[in-house]
Amino acid sequence: MSLLKYESQIREPLVNGNKNYHQVTEDIISPIEMKPTRLWYIGFYISVALLLFGVYSIYREVTYGVGQWNLNKTIGWGWDITNFVWWVGIGHAGTLISAILLLFRQGWRTGVNRAAEAMTIFAVMCAGQFPIWHMGRVWLAFFIMPYPNSRGPVWVNFNSPLLWDVFAISTYFTVSLLFWYSGLLPDLATVRDRAKTKLRKLLYGVASFGWTGSTKHWQRHESLSLVLAGLATPLVLSVHTIVSFDFATSVVPGWHTTIFPPYFVAGAIFSGFAMVQSLMIVLRKVFGLQDYITLGHIEAMNKVIVLTGSIVGIAYITELFIAWYGQNPYEWYAFKENRANLFSPYGWSYYLMMFCNVVSPQMFWFKKLRRNIGFTFFMSIIVNIGMWYERFVIIVTSTYRDYLPSSWSTYYTPSIYEIGFYLGTFGLFFTCFFLFAKYFPVIALAEIKSVLKTSGENYKRKMTDIEKEDADKFYIEEVEHAH
Amino acid sequence: MAGGIKKFVVGCFDDEAVLFPAVKSVRRAGYKIHDVYTPFPIHGLDHAMGIRETSLHTAGFIYGITGTATALTCITWIFTKDWPLNIGGKPYFALPAWIPITFELTVLFAAVGMVLTFCYLCQLSPFVKKHHFHLRATDDLFVMAIECTNKTNDEEVQAFLQKAGAVEVNVQVAETGWWLGRYDREQKLYRNLEKGY
Repeated sequence: MSLLKYESQIREPLVNGNKNYHQVTEDIISPIEMKPTRLWYIGFYISVALLLFGVYSIYREVTYGVGQWNLNKTIGWGWDITNFVWWVGIGHAGTLISAILLLFRQGWRTGVNRAAEAMTIFAVMCAGQFPIWHMGRVWLAFFIMPYPNSRGPVWVNFNSPLLWDVFAISTYFTVSLLFWYSGLLPDLATVRDRAKTKLRKLLYGVASFGWTGSTKHWQRHESLSLVLAGLATPLVLSVHTIVSFDFATSVVPGWHTTIFPPYFVAGAIFSGFAMVQSLMIVLRKVFGLQDYITLGHIEAMNKVIVLTGSIVGIAYITELFIAWYGQNPYEWYAFKENRANLFSPYGWSYYLMMFCNVVSPQMFWFKKLRRNIGFTFFMSIIVNIGMWYERFVIIVTSTYRDYLPSSWSTYYTPSIYEIGFYLGTFGLFFTCFFLFAKYFPVIALAEIKSVLKTSGENYKRKMTDIEKEDADKFYIEEVEHAH
Repeated sequence: MAGGIKKFVVGCFDDEAVLFPAVKSVRRAGYKIHDVYTPFPIHGLDHAMGIRETSLHTAGFIYGITGTATALTCITWIFTKDWPLNIGGKPYFALPAWIPITFELTVLFAAVGMVLTFCYLCQLSPFVKKHHFHLRATDDLFVMAIECTNKTNDEEVQAFLQKAGAVEVNVQVAETGWWLGRYDREQKLYRNLEKGY
């Protein structure tokens, strides 16, 4: 039997400390059962305040129109769409961790997948706000859905990338939510079965859908997660591909490039992992989950950051090279003058982007820095700033000078309500995240338990004895007879 | 969907390494395992209990192609019959441009359909009340429930489970609603199998 539980000692333990199944439950559920700390309240109130400011900014925008923002003649997409693409991109890391790493059988995903998926859902919620409120007459937003209507036979344009986006984002949100919640069911049942008060029993009883842990249910649950992961993997690639089509299918210099889909997807994963790092480093500290989100987890994510950061770097340089090599004067002008010229109005943002996304992640080639928590947190913020600027560079530097120099716009700075809207989505995101961290198990309990006996630190120590066992004998006696 | 009140002998195990041989010996002795409740999925337990593979993924495939067909037929009808738009003289039937939406609907239908089917098959829904044999079945215990018939001597079964390594044994009476005992019809008894396990 014991060889079934064998994992090489070269692999770092995924769960530190001397744990058994009950201890795992205790560690992860007890923060939910205690009163929130003072720090939680402070964070929560700040988030709610930001959210309220966001609501006020949207109120101004809806009442007085999109003119409340400083968009101008050629810059029709400013902060608004920059923020949209930024938030969607952040969402991608959660799906990558929960779906792609599940298909690749990466054990370390178990420690971070639950919170990362929650992050995905909240980030997509924030992203969705921008195109919706940007419509101006938001009470007609339902016009984007195709349905038989009394306006003559008028339909949405199925050939338009903007409509593809509607389908992509709404599908992405729905599938992520289903994936996340179906994974939560067994863990909510654990909270229910530990509940002491009537109210908790009722609420978690409703939320856990009456999960019992039956073997047949687990078998179906496993099948469901695997297929949902298989569906979510191409879905996550398609979502940012379609977002990039919003730009790539246009004829605007600087947008009209075929490299956009892979470049956007890599950038999305890059920024998403940075956000996961920022959240996890705080979460593990506040809830004392250092044994479950270990330095090994942080290092693994830093490796993804250096990989995707380098892909993004190659994409930037390729794009620049092709702009020159392609001999299109408008394309080359957009790159040479609007972006790469440091002394042009927005030149600074291009170099800020290059520094944050291409140069700084290279620090993660050093193992010492990959395993340094303070440095990782600092870098995660830098990368998020860099990725915000990437979208800003793409949108603003391509649109502030169009084909007609007389309409070249003046310097674009956002209005207070534009900034307020952005801050408001931070409020929305963190309000949701604080509530999630307080009321839901932030780590996938059942999944941690299923890797505990192979990857827990105290079980790893026993691997030496198992290594002495005869594998052939084990195979004949156990594996062959098992079927 | 047989309702009614049934008696179960419940044995709790605290180690999956003990549970596996116990499942084998219980089945070999001819007792009918109603279910084993575990805090996390245990690979191979379904085979050991003689439960057949799930066909949920097949359902997912069917939902998926339904989504594909829905997207393609709807868009084709809208853009070639109901509202043909002349866009620079390009063909009305612009299949490549419809691939993204077709793909998204395929995924959407498959995911939503599978989750609903999963909830239906497992009878999971808010406000469903089920009998829980042991509260620690979602924490750290592996709980085996054996169904009793008129002929079953429950003390004998309890002793049997204790010998098999159960840390806690008791007898419970539960009302089998429409969520209980759906699949035990599929379960083949050990002695009825030719080869055995």
